[in-house]
Amino acid sequence: MKGYKIIVLAKQVPDTRNVGKDAMKANGTVNRAALPAIFNPEDLNALEQALRLKDRYPGTTVTLLTMGPGRAADIIREGLFRGADDGYLITDRKFAGSDTLATSYAISLAAKKLMPFDLIMCGRQAIDGDTAQVGPQVAEKIDIPQITYAEEIEKIEKGKITIKRRLERGVETVECPMPLLITVHGSAPDCRARNAKYLLRYKHAKTWTEMQQDTEDYLWLREDRPYLDIREWSVDDLSADETFLGLSGSPTKVKKVFNVVFTAKEAKVLGDTDAEMDDLMKELIENHNIG
Amino acid sequence: MANFFTDNKHLKFHLSHPDMQKIIRLKEKDFTEKDTYDYAPIDFEDAIDGYEKVLEIVGDISGNIVAPNAEDVDREGPKIVDNEVQYARGTQENYEALKQAGLVGMSLPRKFGGLNFSTIPYVMAAEIVSRADAGFANIWGLQDCAETINEFGSTELKEEFLPQFALNGATGAMDLTEPDAGSDLQSVQFKATYDSEKDTWFLNGVKRFITNGDADISLVLARSEEDTQDARGLSLFVYDRTHKAVTIRRLENKLGIKGSPTCELVFKNAPAKLVGDRKMGLIKYVMSLMNAARLGIGAQSVGIAEAAYREAYKYALERSQFGKPIIQFPAVYEMLSKAKTKLFVIRSLLYETARFVDIYKTYGHIMTERALEPEERKEMKKYQRLADIYTPLLKLVSSEYCNEIAYDAIQIHGGTGFMKDFPVERIYRDARITSIYEGTSQLQVVAAIRGVTTGGYVNQIREYEQRDYKPELEFMKKRLIHMTRQYEKVATRIIDEKDEEYLDFHARRLVEMAGNIIMGYLLINDAMRDDEYRNAAEIFIKKAEASNVEKMYYIKNTEQRDLGIIKSEG
Repeated sequence: MKGYKIIVLAKQVPDTRNVGKDAMKANGTVNRAALPAIFNPEDLNALEQALRLKDRYPGTTVTLLTMGPGRAADIIREGLFRGADDGYLITDRKFAGSDTLATSYAISLAAKKLMPFDLIMCGRQAIDGDTAQVGPQVAEKIDIPQITYAEEIEKIEKGKITIKRRLERGVETVECPMPLLITVHGSAPDCRARNAKYLLRYKHAKTWTEMQQDTEDYLWLREDRPYLDIREWSVDDLSADETFLGLSGSPTKVKKVFNVVFTAKEAKVLGDTDAEMDDLMKELIENHNIG
Repeated sequence: MANFFTDNKHLKFHLSHPDMQKIIRLKEKDFTEKDTYDYAPIDFEDAIDGYEKVLEIVGDISGNIVAPNAEDVDREGPKIVDNEVQYARGTQENYEALKQAGLVGMSLPRKFGGLNFSTIPYVMAAEIVSRADAGFANIWGLQDCAETINEFGSTELKEEFLPQFALNGATGAMDLTEPDAGSDLQSVQFKATYDSEKDTWFLNGVKRFITNGDADISLVLARSEEDTQDARGLSLFVYDRTHKAVTIRRLENKLGIKGSPTCELVFKNAPAKLVGDRKMGLIKYVMSLMNAARLGIGAQSVGIAEAAYREAYKYALERSQFGKPIIQFPAVYEMLSKAKTKLFVIRSLLYETARFVDIYKTYGHIMTERALEPEERKEMKKYQRLADIYTPLLKLVSSEYCNEIAYDAIQIHGGTGFMKDFPVERIYRDARITSIYEGTSQLQVVAAIRGVTTGGYVNQIREYEQRDYKPELEFMKKRLIHMTRQYEKVATRIIDEKDEEYLDFHARRLVEMAGNIIMGYLLINDAMRDDEYRNAAEIFIKKAEASNVEKMYYIKNTEQRDLGIIKSEG
């Protein structure tokens, strides 16, 4: 059986799920110091789908691709600990300030460097921006088909993949030729935990930049174990056109960021009779809260 | 995202014990495997870092998968479908997660796919899993069976079975008990017959109360020598369930650990392989297996105690009566401080015992590769002796304390604790078995009394006594020296009577007196490394001294001639 070459796009994001009081600075920007940096949750769902394909189709490889500052190498390591084969970190000061358009440009160049591949998988959206744009834009730029909101990959047969999509009002099963890009919905299974052996094997995996800062004496290890090098790609490595990058390549301009505090104004206490439930349903439908 | 390793700093404290240097160096044979296996540690720091990171995985799975599943698993339990045990849905999910994470066969050698972890992190993992779900910890903990095959099996046997654990996540079971052979295992009647034509052993008979009886790989104790009646006629076998020669007659309906299937099994001409040598089954292999299992129950007891204490503490903070949180009332905070102190002390005893086991077992493995130096041989003997007297003490005390802590944890909850609304109800039921299986508390005393009669406990107490302690801990050491004197006096008096029944009668009291002194020293040793344990040491020693005095008076007042009236009223 032939394996597949899968690229998983992953992003390091501030953990916005457990937001405390100090999550936002006085000027309305995100206080990254107060929020731990995590693997974007839906990207983990995507990684799990990729790893399941690897379990199912021997010979399949999973490559992680992430873009961010140096510390985003954690994302690659996390992926390696869970079963990915290798990973690349797209990192360069010139990428700073990129919106979804500039980001997808950079990622699409990196993905092209990894051609030929069979699948690109990523989360539906990231919890810091919630745009759900990067995946689809990458697909457009590489000019491959895309299936969004995937929940389950049913099968791959004769170069075609069958996918269940989770939509607002139901489930849709679609078929698509490969290569393609899939964005995975959060309702897909959670990602598996780290594997002890992979963790012990890859815990010394580092980028070149990290090795320069490192004082520990394991540098000699790398000669025998090239897989411990997490490769970094800069603007030059990707031969990117700088006008499409960073702030200059980002048409999105943030006008204002503000803190919204939800407050419950009133509470309604209901009895448990059918009649009262009935009245509540009617009221909610009339007010367009549901339906 | 709960993590049962990182949220409990006491685990890291015990993992960072100074003896770990020695343990890891021995276990890793001076780090020679790094050239063969890329997941082998490079040096001590690398090994400890690896232990911590792997325990983080255990903590992650325990906190986020096993613990949230525990309630449903307790309610649903396993069932028999087409003569196979089907675990509760949550149990399946738990095992799959641990298996996928490579946490089955942690302590096995790398050449069989294991992680070559020493006993300490393995025991710690067992504690963490038990805190999440004690019943599930049994299923996972039965990977001990692999360790027994590794210790006593032939190379062929190891090559056949060990990778099944380490690489495929096989489950294990140890089939010892029979309807008429429980505590008294030498009366096992289950038959093993050798068919010389087929060059195979066949097993026939009934086994009862077998935890995880439908495991992939089972170790079975059987009578292989015809016309024998005692332990010398018993051998140990390994049975692979793919032979499908066993009927699962029933699953027990239990008080606690309901997620763990307890099976009655009927073997009909089940092909099996001999482990090690004939006739050594009970005498050597099961004794070793039981010791490992008892250490495991120690870990389970500490895990349950941790869970119970946390539930009680949380509730006492949140529950208000008479206008204030109940934790502010002396009656409640005393129960909590007692529980916490007991928890600390059984954890210290657990890891002290595990270190002894670690060192002697590792020497045992080294011995199969090269001859030990005289110095090493001496050390191995010393630690084996210590492990032999500490293991039953640990099993006895940790299981009893775990029950007491769970009892008080319900008490702190009041009426609410009696309802199924809070986890403490399940924890209490799960705790109950710990002082019964793998040898009841009463049988632990039978094993531990050797520590009293041979002077093993006192020797070790003297070693603790000779260590240097900070001036602020000296007053506690003085109390312990005083307690030692009292203990020696009563112990000598009873031993000198040379009356077996009289010794048996007071045995538990003597073992507990010695245990109290040992545990007192363990806590002041902990306090040497971290001030946080000073209060616990002080509270414990105060209680221990009072308890020893009570025992001492009772022993003094109950002489041989009193046994008659006690027996007649029994």
